[in-house]
Amino acid sequence: MERQVTLIALFAALIAVLGLVPKFTLASGIPITAQGMGIMLCGTILGARRGALAVLLFLGLVALGLPLLAGGRGGLGVFAGPTVGFLIGFPIAAFVTGWIMERMRGAPVFPAAICAAVIGGILVLYIPGILGMVAMLDLTVTQATLSMAPFIPGDLIKAGLAAALTAALYKARPASVLSRA
Amino acid sequence: MLTLTSEIRTPYHRLRAGAKLAALCAATVALFVLDSVAAMMLANAAVAGLYLVAGWRFLHAGLGLLKPVWFFVALVLAWHGLTGDLRAGTVIALRLIAAVALANLVTMTSRFDDLVEVVMWGLSPLRRLGVRTAPIGFAIVLVVRFIPVMLDKARLLIDAWRARSPRRPGWQVALPITLVAVDDAEHVAEALRARGGFDMD
Repeated sequence: MERQVTLIALFAALIAVLGLVPKFTLASGIPITAQGMGIMLCGTILGARRGALAVLLFLGLVALGLPLLAGGRGGLGVFAGPTVGFLIGFPIAAFVTGWIMERMRGAPVFPAAICAAVIGGILVLYIPGILGMVAMLDLTVTQATLSMAPFIPGDLIKAGLAAALTAALYKARPASVLSRA
Repeated sequence: MLTLTSEIRTPYHRLRAGAKLAALCAATVALFVLDSVAAMMLANAAVAGLYLVAGWRFLHAGLGLLKPVWFFVALVLAWHGLTGDLRAGTVIALRLIAAVALANLVTMTSRFDDLVEVVMWGLSPLRRLGVRTAPIGFAIVLVVRFIPVMLDKARLLIDAWRARSPRRPGWQVALPITLVAVDDAEHVAEALRARGGFDMD
């Protein structure tokens, strides 16, 4: 119990710290932040249930007014804003990522993690994100989906990095990768 | 600790956090029910008035927190301008500004500890169902402590890289940073267990 709570707290903190990593800008001019990678790591390392709990803990702290979202955003205002769909999608994405990771126990860690991160951390995250933009900004689904296209290359890089990190951590500290424990 | 709570004292700081949250919920629902430009203008004027009660400096700080919203306001207005429904676009943009500004107002005038207390109070019915809520409060404290510790250790590792390599620190530092953090967490868990863990209360 103590170990699970500390690891969940640690990964909630990790999402926050990754949000502070200076953003870099793709050739297309779209800024990429590392925060989404934190969501993927919660799933690939902690597994479905604990990964989702870590993300919920992080969102709880954001709601309580800590400026932990990328770009120093936070507070209750972000939940009334147009990107609220992504915030709702964060724990779902971590859960699905972890769930796939746990289903693919037989496969080596890196391919399993990259598969889980792409499906959970990109596909599953985009659905509530896009629906949120449709609802808040009154765009059409196509319009909102097209506006996400520039983010895909950056998100694929993040999925690759998250998978590499998970595989390396599994080699160094196999007991800490709870999705495989 | 860094929070978004404003250091400018306002009358709202004295109100109970739970009451402010309840009022915010009601006001946000009302904002989404109303659907006319005039009502939205009125709502924004009212929100600005609420900020102004605490002075110009407070209003200015509030406007600063709205920065991320302007991009979306421009997007909505441009999109609806193109489709010829500028009225709907104006309503949505104004609603967005009012809703976010109102939520920010609660955040700016409530202490972090008070909000944590509201959360623990809200979770208390779970206790009757046999869910232990103490670990949740503990996890909140842990995260708040872990963030600066992790940043410090990351800075040390990046400095170590800089001292040894002419190249800029790359993504390779991510693994040692994660390892140090995971080891720290395992130590904290061990220390907790050694002191009786969550059963102590």
